[in-house]
Amino acid sequence: MSVEFLQYLFSGVTIGATYALVGLGFAIIYNASHVINFAQGEFIMIGSMATVSFLAMGMPMPVAILLAVALAVVTGMLLQKFAVAPAKNADVVTIIIITIGASILLRGLAQVFWGKSFHALPAFSGNEPINIAGATIVPQNLWVLGVTLVIVAAVSWFFTKTIIGKAILATSHNADAAKLVGINTNMILLFAFGLSALLGAVAGIIVAPITTTSYEVGIMLGLKGFVAAVLGGLGSGVGAIVGGLILGIAEAMAAGYISSDYKDAVPFVIILFILFFMPSGLFGSRGTERV
Amino acid sequence: MLKRVAIKGAMALAVSAALISGVQAADTIKIGSFLAVTGPASFLGDPELKTLQMYVDKINAEGGLLGKQVELVHYDTAGNAQKARTFVKRLIESDNVDLIVGGSTSGATLAVIPLVESAKVPFISLAGAVAIVDPVKKWVFKTPHTDRMAAEKIFEDMKSRGFKKVALISGTGGFGRSGRAQATQVIGKYGLELVADETYGPKDTDMTAQLTKIKSTAGVDAILNFGFGQGPAIVTKNYKQLGIDLPLYQSHGVASKKFIELAGNASEGVRLPAAALLLAEQLPDSSAQKPVVVKYKTEYEQKYNSEVSTFGGHAYDGLMLAVNAIKKAGSTDKEKVRAAIESTKNYVGTGGVVNMSAEDHLGLDLSAFKILEIRNGDWTLVK
Amino acid sequence: MFEKLNSPRTGGLLALILAVLILPLFFQNTFHYDVAIHVAISATVAISLNLLVGYAGQISLGHAGFFGVGAYSSAILTGWDFGWSPITAMLVASLAVGVLALVVSGPILRLKGHYLAMATLGLGIIIAIVITTEDWLTGGPDGLSVEPLTIFGLSPQGEAQWYWVFCVVLIASVWLSLNLIDSPVGRAMRAVHGSEVAAQVAGVDTTYFKTLIFVMSAMFASLMGSLSAHYSGFVTPDIAGFHHSIELITMVVLGGMASVFGAITGAVILTLLPQMLTGLEDWEMVIFGLILMLTMIFMPKGLVPTLLTKFRRGEA
Repeated sequence: MSVEFLQYLFSGVTIGATYALVGLGFAIIYNASHVINFAQGEFIMIGSMATVSFLAMGMPMPVAILLAVALAVVTGMLLQKFAVAPAKNADVVTIIIITIGASILLRGLAQVFWGKSFHALPAFSGNEPINIAGATIVPQNLWVLGVTLVIVAAVSWFFTKTIIGKAILATSHNADAAKLVGINTNMILLFAFGLSALLGAVAGIIVAPITTTSYEVGIMLGLKGFVAAVLGGLGSGVGAIVGGLILGIAEAMAAGYISSDYKDAVPFVIILFILFFMPSGLFGSRGTERV
Repeated sequence: MLKRVAIKGAMALAVSAALISGVQAADTIKIGSFLAVTGPASFLGDPELKTLQMYVDKINAEGGLLGKQVELVHYDTAGNAQKARTFVKRLIESDNVDLIVGGSTSGATLAVIPLVESAKVPFISLAGAVAIVDPVKKWVFKTPHTDRMAAEKIFEDMKSRGFKKVALISGTGGFGRSGRAQATQVIGKYGLELVADETYGPKDTDMTAQLTKIKSTAGVDAILNFGFGQGPAIVTKNYKQLGIDLPLYQSHGVASKKFIELAGNASEGVRLPAAALLLAEQLPDSSAQKPVVVKYKTEYEQKYNSEVSTFGGHAYDGLMLAVNAIKKAGSTDKEKVRAAIESTKNYVGTGGVVNMSAEDHLGLDLSAFKILEIRNGDWTLVK
Repeated sequence: MFEKLNSPRTGGLLALILAVLILPLFFQNTFHYDVAIHVAISATVAISLNLLVGYAGQISLGHAGFFGVGAYSSAILTGWDFGWSPITAMLVASLAVGVLALVVSGPILRLKGHYLAMATLGLGIIIAIVITTEDWLTGGPDGLSVEPLTIFGLSPQGEAQWYWVFCVVLIASVWLSLNLIDSPVGRAMRAVHGSEVAAQVAGVDTTYFKTLIFVMSAMFASLMGSLSAHYSGFVTPDIAGFHHSIELITMVVLGGMASVFGAITGAVILTLLPQMLTGLEDWEMVIFGLILMLTMIFMPKGLVPTLLTKFRRGEA
């Protein structure tokens, strides 16, 4: 394995892990409500921009992060309660437009209150490069991978072992039946949006030291997360994670070996190709474990 | 029913038309502006608008221009060239502005040039591309140094350090594309050779792949990055992460403290061409620019409590060129103002000393650019 | 005769013609004409997109891609390298887009719901990336200037003349769409949106109709792209971009799906709103997002169908 390949792999896995977390957020909401939330990217933005702004107020990093995640979760729940829930019987496109409206609104608010400039979060544990078999990474890459792993493990434990998690799964399979057995489906939907906002915010915060952040950062990352979720098969958590990693690695390899000009087109070429042969994505219709 | 619908529709449209038509104020001098205040180029448009607003207010507080108040009519293009076209039509046709200072990005500027040319309205652009003033258009001027000059200045410095082979990495936005084209065109003049040519998207968050490719290219002496926004900061961080041991040059697109803040200590030793504005107090007292740039810097930073950038400086220069020309013309007659801008001589601005002519609608030469190096988190003049 | 006038079909068309004729009386300058032209361009594209989304039930989040291909083909083919006549360039571009749409429609239209949205979105973004990247041909992000339009020796000059060109195109497309909707094809289309399975059982070749509408609306978008490129005299990659696609679909949904006049209303609102909100400066995005959300939450069927229902109920 050449050093270059290893380097491309590292950068692909790091960015892919971010896509995976965002994709997982899409999957959770889709699972619970069959809604694609185009405002998902804004949770990334809220997470990272709020951390920046709380830090600037003089709060210590852990407090700032906790508050930022809490802010994103509350925003997610408000979004569900006041924008998505009232329109639950509307067409697919209508709900898409509502969430697009919400994302414009959130971006607008961020721009008014947090300004338009770019910000960098300080790295969690320094910037000293680490050498691995000739390739170099910074400690933040490890943070991204570590946090992603922990979150994925926690989420899968949550859905398989806890009552609320099982209730969400039940609701996604059959909302009416879930109601009959006494599940408060409204609460479940609220919870799903909150959880998905949490994932987005965490993703935004852990990559911000590497990628910088601004009020517009959610557009591109949100879009890539959507691609990851569809690639894996909507509603499949495993699929979203695999999809995210595939995208990240493919982008890095394309930039390294093919053409950096067309790197951004690669995810979309892949998704078209996959959908041509598997119209429900990689893990979509096979009834594998749904997260 | 049909009649009612038709009447209602016509009325609604008429009301809308009235709403979006400018109110004709009687006796003011109207300066129109369209800037990318939001969107990916907002770090250009934001300080530009702040600068224009601050100085228009100041002019008015000091009694206005030719005894009249100055009115700034501004629209946000969000960096979209199509929007810019509509807004410029609105400025010219509906707001009846006397002249236009604006156009943060080259794309927006180039898209509106046919409009201002046919409407015969003086237009001072704040965008970089050399194509804006080369060939010269009768009604179009610009204040920032061109991307070609930036490339030339950088290559000049590289040559003087004895470098031979250059690796280029550039953004795929308008600024990066245009800079890349100019760099490839002029590089031969300096006896340098381009051995790698990588690009990244304006919203990319990781450039290690491209830089790894450059790192493994044999014989590279120096790396040049043409881009703006957060991209160059990420390039700089990734360059540090990969432990690349080659001198890194950035373009004038990063000429704001924000870049140093974003890139952190990875930016130590990075060189770039920039206007004297960044040095301000560090300039020698003999410099004619010193009083101007120190004054602008202090005023801007006091009012907005944020670091000055050369982009706001371009807007300052644009506005001052316009104001001086209107004073000189003694009226807002468009042809007279245009002629007055064209005959600008020895205007000392934040970008340099401007000497315009019928053949040169920029009026700056290479000496207006300084090569700076980032040391201890601040700009220092090289040589 | 009067009954016919009162049918929404003819009545609406006449109202539109009337509005188009009356409007210029209120225009004070060419900027107003320019806004009206932008409305007409967007409305025409939105109408064709509405056939696809509203009647055939197929989401497209990539329509700006087709619009962009049309615009850029015209810009390049009529430019100095090729020197084609604008009309040939326009038709060839539209045909090429039609072929492209036909080729991708096979696999794409098999997809459903969000998968279809994703595929069309991807297609549009790929087109936009190609346009931005191949700068030797397209001028890259800075764009390309376009030759003026000449058809049979006639060349529209200035906004006032172009206004009539685009209004004629708009009216023609409304007339075409209304006829299409009332034809057997139209009934088949509505069946496809209603229930694809039911339509198939009833013997409607749903694939054929979906493909037909997809190709047609792509070609329409391309034609409008060409025309608008000639009108502007300048094209930039923005017109092919993701945001433009979203804008077009928003017009359709906001105005009202499965309503020709809804698409026009959507185009009017989305074109005028940004011009009216400019005074809000920093708050512009907030208000715009809020209006979009509230409208869709309270009128999920879109403005025109919701208001029409209310209106009829009030009359009854």
